[in-house]
Amino acid sequence: MSLDAQKVKITYREAMRQAIRDALVRDQRVFLMGEDVGAYGGCYAVSKGLLEEFGPDRIRDTPLSESAFVGAGIGAAMNGMRPIVEIMTVNFSLLALDQIVNNAATILHMSGGQINIPLVIRMTTGAGRQLAAQHSHSLEGWYAHIPGIKVLAPATLEDARGMLWTALEDPDPVLIFEHGTLYNMEGEMAVDAGAVEISKAAVQRAGTDVSLITYGGTLGKTLQAAEQLAASGVDAEVVDLRTLRPLDTETILDSVMRTHRAVVIDEGWRSGSISAEISARIMEGAFYELDLPVERICSAEVPIPYAKHLEDAALPQASTIVATVTRMMGGHG
Amino acid sequence: MADFLMPSLGADMDAGTVLQWLVKPGDAVKRGDIVAVIDTEKTTIEVEIFQTGIIQKIVVPEGEKVPVGTLLAVLSTEGEAAAAAPEAKRAAPAPLVLAPAPPTPPAAARVVAKTTPKPAAPHRVRISPLAMRVAMELKVDLAAIKGTGPEGAITKTDVERAAKAPPMPAPAATFEGRAPAAPPKPAVAPLDRPATMRKVIAAAMARSKREIPHYYLGTHIDMSKAMRWLQEENLKRPVTERLLYSVLLLKAVALAADEIPEIKGFWIDGAFRPSEAVHVGVAISLRQGGLIAPAIHDVDKKSLSEIMVSLRDLVKRVRAGVLRSSEIADATITVTSLGDQGVETVFGVIYPPQVALVGFGKIVERPWASGGMVGARPVMMASLSGDHRASDGHRGALFLTTVERLLQEPEKL
Repeated sequence: MSLDAQKVKITYREAMRQAIRDALVRDQRVFLMGEDVGAYGGCYAVSKGLLEEFGPDRIRDTPLSESAFVGAGIGAAMNGMRPIVEIMTVNFSLLALDQIVNNAATILHMSGGQINIPLVIRMTTGAGRQLAAQHSHSLEGWYAHIPGIKVLAPATLEDARGMLWTALEDPDPVLIFEHGTLYNMEGEMAVDAGAVEISKAAVQRAGTDVSLITYGGTLGKTLQAAEQLAASGVDAEVVDLRTLRPLDTETILDSVMRTHRAVVIDEGWRSGSISAEISARIMEGAFYELDLPVERICSAEVPIPYAKHLEDAALPQASTIVATVTRMMGGHG
Repeated sequence: MADFLMPSLGADMDAGTVLQWLVKPGDAVKRGDIVAVIDTEKTTIEVEIFQTGIIQKIVVPEGEKVPVGTLLAVLSTEGEAAAAAPEAKRAAPAPLVLAPAPPTPPAAARVVAKTTPKPAAPHRVRISPLAMRVAMELKVDLAAIKGTGPEGAITKTDVERAAKAPPMPAPAATFEGRAPAAPPKPAVAPLDRPATMRKVIAAAMARSKREIPHYYLGTHIDMSKAMRWLQEENLKRPVTERLLYSVLLLKAVALAADEIPEIKGFWIDGAFRPSEAVHVGVAISLRQGGLIAPAIHDVDKKSLSEIMVSLRDLVKRVRAGVLRSSEIADATITVTSLGDQGVETVFGVIYPPQVALVGFGKIVERPWASGGMVGARPVMMASLSGDHRASDGHRGALFLTTVERLLQEPEKL
């Protein structure tokens, strides 16, 4: 049997749907709830066909009221269910911040360790699809600030397929951020792909000259940049964070200690961002290994524009990564 | 302002006597300059300073003995020195402005502040943290490096390039800006050195045996290849540049220590601190009795000729009683050779806080069986005293066999 025979062509959207379907089959306590997840098949068609297969008790359409249905999800989790709550975009999740930050993240603490909240919240994040400033922001870095929740950013087919089950098994709230440009990403995945661990960053491309640290929607651009850099003789390592909270500092530092140069690529805004946190940890943990200051490539500090050329200009691109690294390497490759 | 303190020049030093100051207040000094001659009861040491600036005040006069860590002198760093002059001028008129109308000084003060020139920003070398670390390890003079990083910053590559650039000056000379013209004459009557040295050795060795769980390994090494190679090599060299076989041993130890990192470094505060650099301490016995083990720096990176130069220089200065502070304090592994004295085996006592000591005995002709044949070969016993807290016998054995292996290919050393 050839290796190809064990692989299947699949999109990120389908991998995510497989993950949800698998969870619904494996555990009767799992149900999906959110805006348009049922009859419409999900705003991004992730849950298409699931209502027909599992019925309206387990695939539940909700009113346009993020605070109410996230709160309902917390209540269901407290009472023994394993809810998957879908929020259409991260911008809308701000309406549910009170439930997420004040309740989901704190109840274990406030109850003296008596009440866990085994809740999973999925939401779309990021720009690049001309959806303008109220549907395009990358606020996962904000959530990564909050103790009491875990923050995942699946950027590969395997993680789209595998992170959900591990998140559902976690006794505490887990937020999964799916970058909107990834749903149509197509590639090959092992037919038997399953649950993956969610505590470690992954080196997606090994290299020796510079560590490119990124996650989610910018992983593809970063890998593309690394290939272009390789053509000009710069061997870049690409670290996919995968989990933004808790951060896998060890893998980050291990990479930087080998390459002595680091660039953080983050679609969030620079000020007060997860990229700032990563840069700080590198300084704290690997100061004497650094041969150049840590660089950051982030989105322009503006509301993400609608016009294509402006949106492109506002976001980190493979070309900006290549230009930054080339400038850093200067005359000494 | 920076403080220049009585340095600790080895685990066995509690106090030192300032024999001579080589600088006086007002002198500009830079990192690496030799500023004082200190007597440690074991030897006389030229002490280097690690800050750059201007000596403001000598606190401890010549002839005085003070504990390690005592303030010896105060110096101002460069930025402060530049600021010092305007500061003095500014201070004088201030009371005149403030005295008549104490309740409303802000306006006047503001005027003064505005006209006062901003102190010049202290000049800092633009160098990456990694490059700085590497420069210290390789003992490269930063002033001589041209940076190619952002805005002329010095990067690791620049340091390594500078370190490789010939000619590599004699060891320690890189930091030496102000070598004393003549060997310092002790300003005070020399101490009863043999007696005090005995006391110092007693303290260090007792501490070693009290604290360090030693393990001992030994192996016989066939020296025929090494000796034959050395003989041929020396025929090619002018007499003054000929090598002693100890140089081969030192280089082999250094390279083996690079391969087995648990052997070189320090045990400090309950933890092993491995060292990247291999500074090999060479035990040298003194004519008046006692011994001292100053370091040859970066032996693994030096050629045999460079090691020979360093060794000759070191022995000469030990006998003359003039060593530099960096040589005394920073050996990361020590070698003792008692072959000259005629013994075949030495199991040494580790010099704390180091974690290993390598011993070499006399080279003797012995019957040696190899490939089913017995022949006469020059054979030497090599031993390792290891600190069991930092390494195990298995790693120690690997180290010794590595030394043996390296000595079978002397041309590669």
